[in-house]
Amino acid sequence: MVAIIGTMPSAEPQTVKSEVKDLNFYYGSYHALKHITLLVAEKQVTAVIGPSGCGKSTLLRCFNRMHDLYPGNRYGGEIILYPDRIDILGSQVDPIEIRMRVGMVFQKPNPFPKSVYENVAYGLRVRGLSRRSELGDKVEQALHGAALWDEVKDRLQDQAYTLSGGQQQRLCIARALATDPEILLFDEPTSALDPIATARIEELIAELKERVTIIIVTHNMQQAARVSDFTAFMYLGGLVEFDKTNQIFKAPSNKLTEEYITGRFG
Amino acid sequence: MLLARSHSLARSLHRARERTIECFLLLAALSSVGITGGIVGILFYESLPFFRHVSLVAFFTDPLWTPLFADPHFGILPLVVGTSMITAIALLVALPVGTITAIYLSEYAPHRLREAVKPVLELLSAVPTVVYGYFALLFVTPLLQQVLPGLPGFNMLSAGLVVGVMIIPYVSSLSEDAMRAVPMQIREGSYAVGATRLQTALRVVAPAALSGIASAYVLGFSRAIGETMVVAIAAGMQPNLTWNPMEPAATITAFIVQVSLGDLPHGSVGYQSIFAAGLTLLLMTLVFNITGHLLRKRFREVY
Amino acid sequence: MAELKAIIARRKGLDAVFTIIGLLCMLVGLITLLALIVDLALDGAPRLSWQFLTSYPSRFAVRAGILSAWVGTTLVMLVTAATALPLGVGAGIYLEEYAPKNWLTELIEINIANLAGVPSIVYGLMALGLFVYQLHLGQSILTAGLTLALLILPIVIIATREAIRAIPGSIREAAYALGATKWQMVRDHVLPYATGGILTGVIIALSRAIGETAPLITIGALTFIAFLPPPPLQPEFPFVSFQWLMSPFTVLPIQMFNWISRPQAEFHLNAAAAGLVLIGMTLAMNALAIYVRYRFRKRIQW
Repeated sequence: MVAIIGTMPSAEPQTVKSEVKDLNFYYGSYHALKHITLLVAEKQVTAVIGPSGCGKSTLLRCFNRMHDLYPGNRYGGEIILYPDRIDILGSQVDPIEIRMRVGMVFQKPNPFPKSVYENVAYGLRVRGLSRRSELGDKVEQALHGAALWDEVKDRLQDQAYTLSGGQQQRLCIARALATDPEILLFDEPTSALDPIATARIEELIAELKERVTIIIVTHNMQQAARVSDFTAFMYLGGLVEFDKTNQIFKAPSNKLTEEYITGRFG
Repeated sequence: MLLARSHSLARSLHRARERTIECFLLLAALSSVGITGGIVGILFYESLPFFRHVSLVAFFTDPLWTPLFADPHFGILPLVVGTSMITAIALLVALPVGTITAIYLSEYAPHRLREAVKPVLELLSAVPTVVYGYFALLFVTPLLQQVLPGLPGFNMLSAGLVVGVMIIPYVSSLSEDAMRAVPMQIREGSYAVGATRLQTALRVVAPAALSGIASAYVLGFSRAIGETMVVAIAAGMQPNLTWNPMEPAATITAFIVQVSLGDLPHGSVGYQSIFAAGLTLLLMTLVFNITGHLLRKRFREVY
Repeated sequence: MAELKAIIARRKGLDAVFTIIGLLCMLVGLITLLALIVDLALDGAPRLSWQFLTSYPSRFAVRAGILSAWVGTTLVMLVTAATALPLGVGAGIYLEEYAPKNWLTELIEINIANLAGVPSIVYGLMALGLFVYQLHLGQSILTAGLTLALLILPIVIIATREAIRAIPGSIREAAYALGATKWQMVRDHVLPYATGGILTGVIIALSRAIGETAPLITIGALTFIAFLPPPPLQPEFPFVSFQWLMSPFTVLPIQMFNWISRPQAEFHLNAAAAGLVLIGMTLAMNALAIYVRYRFRKRIQW
């Protein structure tokens, strides 16, 4: 059931942004990710799908070393970041540096209990930016990028919790965008939102991929089909199939993939 | 945004700053260990000279405690008995009343009553103990003297009763929290077989909350045994070896206060004796705390 | 069937009896509190006056006042707060955010739990041996403040930890995901959001400290002080003086204790009045704590 795809599955040349090489991950003694190898194309959307518990979020959180926050976790293998070929998982590599290049949007919108402005500005402040003029410009840019500017431009000092759920999630996207990340990780970003808010975020993702490489985890297959260029199907901690989205959904090579796609399980 | 080499210098400075901050925070946390060390160290250090010229046998068996007299006696019994008597009276009041209050508030009282009563009970524990001492001496004692003629102005009964009422909130508040934490499903199981509210409360909820209730009892005990001002004011400060609550007596704590009110040159007999008394008190508290901890571990409920 | 009905009736009867008993027990505490306050007010309220608040103690009960006492209380509380706040909050932050699960952390936590059960007079004894004699800080406001700070330290630590625990993990993850270091996360998120709970806990802890008598008597607070410590603000250079820290002192509960220990009834009236002031201060601080909690709860919503 573990298939290894080592080459870029496409006809057009794509630049590789990140390469996952034989990734293993352990929660304590539990082997959660098994020998995962895939390539993430630059400025494209790569979706990771699979049934509950298959390890998709676990995989995603390796990209920004989120697992470091909790004791007892161990990485094996490498995740190489291009063009400077840094191993994200390297023990010599500072996770904070990685998180400044790889941003994350979480499943449940989690804006800080601060104002809209301060939420977006936080990532910049952490990098030492404090001049009002610079901050203001970048905050506005980020809010534009998240398609939220028009709705909040007169409410920048309002508390974030006064926004609706969909707006809060776009605020979180703006917050992640403000720091110009090279990769943006989305962990089931619309599972807590209503259909209209979901549609807006999907539109946003389609726009964002022009500027930033996107990896999105989703349990909603149709979303993956709509939004992504490449799809990885995972099952029980292993990578079953990885290919262009069209290919996966029209003619998957693996039987397990086909069964999942057609809804026979999961 | 790739990080240039100058940024890695900033990074190492940041890392040094992080580590320094963590160090300071650790020192703050270690202060608690330091305090315990300080308490134990000072108590032993200052009472050592005392025990060098008072034998342990005399200390534990002499029925008189008169360290400051011309013919000094160093038996700790009168103080220990005084402390135990008053603690016993206090617990006789606080444990039943506190537990029943807790059961009532948790299982019987309507929501609004509970919300109104809880803060008032908390207020009971916020009143300074000197004020309770005043109350015991000038209100409770005269009141008791109406019922028990011949009751002296200073007596252990008033002091014990007031200390008991004073620690009711400690017992009731913690017990009630423990009982409210018991999930509704457990209660429903009991009601479903036809039990009344009292039966459910006594046979199902209270046993399930036993560990929390035990904690509440231990806390009440600690407060009672360490109480100083109420007993100093209302029970008098004269050590007196007696099991009769209607007589005046001194607890360990009251004795320490009495001696401290006078002159205490460093190293004098009076100075050393309060440390010896304090050490005894600390050991009593420690033994009880440990017993309480072990009991709680045995009764820890997992639902 | 009739038997069953009889059993049920009896059990329900017991239930009703218990309801009454429970109500009575609940009332014991309430009625005592009421009696205490009324008794205090009846004796003490007439004595409350501007003269009472601004006079020194005196051999003549009618002329005695609590000036040195409440000034002493205020100054001692300043030292207590200034010591307990950084120590307690720092310890709380360390235990919640930094401490690894090892023997040292367990040792610290066991200590804190233990210290909460140590009688307050034992703190006084330690302070006498350590601060007054070993460290030569004397029987001063500084010693008093330090002693009380150590006494309320466990309360501040516990309040800090609870306030920090209320912060959802997703907020922390969001901060880290943006590249914040641990200290940045604590400084920019944990501290601001936990401030409400921490302040509430500190104010309540201080309201307990205000009523503490035994440890201060042990370290040698005097009971008859007819002067005030040197003021912290001076008209001449360097404008701020720390002499008051080393000054002898008295505090409100000790003054009350002194008056009630006297046989003359007039002094008992003074004691009642002092008691009213004490209770007033305690109530005011508790009310302040509730207000602070309310204000912060409105501002921070997850």
